[in-house]
Order: sequence, then C-alpha cells, then structure tokens
Amino acid sequence: MVERQAVTRSLAAIPLLLIAAIVALVIFAAVTGPYDASLTQLQSSIGRYLSGAPASTPLDTVLFSVRLPRIFAALITGAALAAAGAVYQGLFRNPLVSPDILGVSAGAGLGAAFGIFLSLPVIAIQGFAFAAGLGTVALVYMVASAVRGHEPALVLVLAGVVIGALAGACLSLLKILADPYDQLPAITFWLLGSLAAIRPDDVWSALPAVLVGLVPILLLRWRMNVMSLGDEEAAALGVNPRTLRLILVMAATLITAAVVSIAGIIGWVGLVIPHIARLVVGPDFNRLLPTAMLMGAAYMLLIDIIAKGLTTTETPLGVLTAFIGAPVFIWLLAAGRRGWS
Amino acid sequence: MNLEVQDLAFGYPGFPVGSDVSFTLQPGEVLCLLGPNGCGKTTLFKTVMGLIRRQHGTVRLDGRDTAQMSTREIARAIAYVPQAHAPVFPYTVHDMVLMGRTAHRGAFAAPSPADHQAAETALAQLGISHLSARDYTRLSGGQRQLVLIARALAQGAPFIVLDEPTASLDFGNQLMVLDQVRALAGAHRGIIMSTHDPDHAFACGSRVIAMKDGRIHAQGPVRATLTADTLSAIYDVGVEVVELPGGRRVCLPAARAS
Repeated sequence: MVERQAVTRSLAAIPLLLIAAIVALVIFAAVTGPYDASLTQLQSSIGRYLSGAPASTPLDTVLFSVRLPRIFAALITGAALAAAGAVYQGLFRNPLVSPDILGVSAGAGLGAAFGIFLSLPVIAIQGFAFAAGLGTVALVYMVASAVRGHEPALVLVLAGVVIGALAGACLSLLKILADPYDQLPAITFWLLGSLAAIRPDDVWSALPAVLVGLVPILLLRWRMNVMSLGDEEAAALGVNPRTLRLILVMAATLITAAVVSIAGIIGWVGLVIPHIARLVVGPDFNRLLPTAMLMGAAYMLLIDIIAKGLTTTETPLGVLTAFIGAPVFIWLLAAGRRGWS
Repeated sequence: MNLEVQDLAFGYPGFPVGSDVSFTLQPGEVLCLLGPNGCGKTTLFKTVMGLIRRQHGTVRLDGRDTAQMSTREIARAIAYVPQAHAPVFPYTVHDMVLMGRTAHRGAFAAPSPADHQAAETALAQLGISHLSARDYTRLSGGQRQLVLIARALAQGAPFIVLDEPTASLDFGNQLMVLDQVRALAGAHRGIIMSTHDPDHAFACGSRVIAMKDGRIHAQGPVRATLTADTLSAIYDVGVEVVELPGGRRVCLPAARAS
C-alpha cells in the first residue's frame, strides 16, 4: 500500500510537466513566424482582443486569424488522435493498433479526394471527409456483425483492413482520373496532412464532434481496463462487452473523423503516443488516457512548429510524424517492452 | 443463496456440446467437475455464467432465472477465475484485483477508496499482499492463479467458478491453490471447480460431477461417486482408488498384469 501511494505521487507530477510543456510551446508558436513578436506585444495583443477592441496591428490579425487557430487545431488534433489510438489499442488488445485500424482515415481520405475531384469548396471537402470516415467505420461494423461465430474484435479488425483496402483502391482510381496539375497535388497534400490552411472556422467545426466523442471515452476510461482483458472476462466481471465496444468505437471514430477532416491524414501520432504514455504511467487507463492526450497535444504542436520552420515551404505533417515516429517506434521495440507483455 | 442448474443444454450455434446437466450448489460447498479433455467443462461453465447463450434448460439464482438478469447482476452473484493467462498490458496486481470491483460501480465511476481497500483485503486473505505493486504479467503461473482468485474474492460474489485452477502449476502451487479453495468454501462461498486430477476432488471436494461427452456420467458425494468404475468409464483407462491408512483416498493407474 505504501509503495503504491509513493508511485501514485510521483506520477501525479507528469500531467503538470506536460501542461507546462504545452504552455511553453503555445507561447513559442504564438510569437514566432513571419511577424516575430515579443512577449509584451503578445500580451498587449491578447489584452486588446479580450477587451473587444478592433485589430490595430498586423500582429493582432496574424495572431487571432492564423496562429492561434492553428495552435489550437494542432492541440486538439494531437489529443484526439492519441485518445483514439489509446482506445483502439485497449479495445483490440493490441499495442500496434492505430486509430486508422477500422478504416476511418482511408474513408475520410476517399471522401476528401472525391470532394477535391468535384472541385467543391473547402467546407464541403471537409464534410465529405467527415461523413465518409464515419460511413466507412459503420460499414466495417455492419460487415463484422454479419459474420458470426468468431472472436468479434478480430472480425472487426479484419473487416476494417479489407474495407480500408477497398477505399484505398477507390482513392487510387480517383487520383488517376484527377486533373494532374491542379487536383492531384491537392489530393496528395491533403492525404499527407497539414494545418497550414487552418482558419478559425475549421476549429469551430471540428471542436463539437471532438468534445462529444471525448466525453464517453473519458467517462468510461476505467472500464477500458476491463475491456482490454477480452470479452469473456469483461462479461464475467459485469461489463457488457458488445455495448461498450460499440460506444467506444463510435466515440473514437467520431473524434478521429473530426480532426482528420480539418487536418488531413496524420499517421503515427495515434500509434506511438499511447505507447510512450504507457511506458511513462503504465497501462491503467485511468491515468493513461489523460497522459496520452496531453502528450499527443504537445507532440502535434511541436511537429507543427517544426513543419512551419524547417523549410521555406511547409513540410506535410504526415511526413514529419513518420520521420520522427518510425525511429522512435523501433527504439521502443528494441529498448524494452515495459508498456506491454 | 443457491445456484440451481436444470436440464441445461449448452454449446455454440449449430454445434451442441452437452445436454441434460442438472445440479444445485449452496455456499460452503465445493463441487468438482471431472471429465476428459473436450467433454464440455469450460463450455458448461461459460453457459452457467451466461457468457454463452444456453440452448435449453434453466440456471436460477435463488429461484430467479439468470436469463432475466443483467451481466452486472450475474457478476455480483458468480465470480469467474479463468485459467491463468497473461493480458496484453502489464497491469499491476493491485489493478488486476481492483477490476473485480467493476460490477459494484456505476459505468462511469472510477474505483472508490473502499474498492482499493477491498482489493488489498482480498490480496491479504490469499497471503499475497507483497505482490500488490508488481506487474501481473511478470508473475509465475501459481502467483497469477492466486491473483485471479483474489480478484474473484474482491468481486464479493457468493459463488466462484474456477476453470482448472491447478492446470500447468507445479506440485507445490497446486496444493497451495487447493488450500485456498478449501478456505473459500470455509468462508461460505459456493465453489464449482474443474480439474483433471481426481485426487483434487478427494482433497477438497464436497460433491463431484463426472462428465463424459457433454453429459453427466455420475454425480454425488465424492467418496461414493468417484469409484474405480466411474473413473475408468469416463477416462477409458484402468483406474484404481486406494484408501490410505487414516482414511484418505487416492487414485492410481490400474496395475498391469505382468
């Protein structure tokens, strides 16, 4: 008991450290860029905004219509992908699972590409991506429930892989048909993920879905532990695994689709971040989930800062997360497997 | 509270495993289930606990059909100790035992201090408090089995189902687990336990069911039921039951005429 309390106390400092890191990154991202600003300028600009005064300096405009929305989008994207990844890893009892496992990204990518192919406005492209992401997972779920007599979680994953591949094939077809000078680069860029074009409206359109999805995940986070023991044990412990899995998949899909529709497909975050969080605080979902979300938010913002500053043109986020995520992941595999057996 | 199973037929859709199983269990009793591999012991257990839909018959808790009860209500009445296994994630022993409290908390609730206390009490009862902060995945098979028994204890159910709790344990650990089973019955829990060793039924069973091909071959008090004839019939090999000085019985392979 004594030992356990000591462990709990030392773990309590981790969220505080992460929040401090996020605050530092937010301030850094807010003051750097084409209009470098000092902390005092930042302070007075925020003061003007809060008092409702009209934007009077270039910094005001840059800060509130470009930088802060982008910062905020990075934070919610990272937190949402990490939360969804943690949920799926627990639900499918596999630490190598990412939020894309049931085809949400593949579906969203197809939806967005279709919107670009039809030369629709941005808001419609986002809507298509969101709807197609949710629709793909719904289809996967229906296919999986039609197949009976096997381990339900396994069938779900297999259906996700198959239908995800199908969506990938349709996407390839669209790329062939798309205008190679205008539409094809837009599709490619979208598929690699970027926050460069984020406007305040995008944040407002994604935020409600993210919040709605996060509520059940946060509330059910202790039950996730029980779910990760498998259906039979979960049921013997008093949990209805089918209902709980449906709720959690719906919630995780909702938040993933919402952020993917504004930021494009950003891989690796949902795979690697829950993993690292598990190494730090252990597998108990009660602690794992908030830690993973904070880490995801900090990581995404850091990646976005690098994406802005690395070269004169914006580096796609999906490329950076892979360049950083892949070696980290290999190191995790090699260095110790404390996060899973 | 009593558990009453009547005319139970069990199996999977299109694949019947067993039928005509009836028995009752009171707290304080240890009902041992013996039978060859694949005779349907685990399927029977899962059906009794409502994890698999039954094909025919009834399972009643104090006269109430479990088909009318929620997963949570059943979990408060019957706890399950699966064969020792390793989960994917390395939960601490304390966290594993804490999960036994799930059925006592609302869907959105985290465990209360009382639940943490119940988990520690269960660990203390099994004499493994020192393992509390260890990773469950790093324990030996015998220790894992004790942790799962502690979890069932923390679940606070009057009935506990143990699926081959001594399987793949060394001799010392087997005896340790059997001691705990006896202690649980002494603490007024009703135990159903499957085992491959008839001696375990002699050691701690109050009643026994001998199964073959999904049906009950014989049922009753251990000494009267586990005869050489019964054991030979269910296992299809010659078996002798020997009474030791002092009255204990053990089971041996039949001596071969040479």
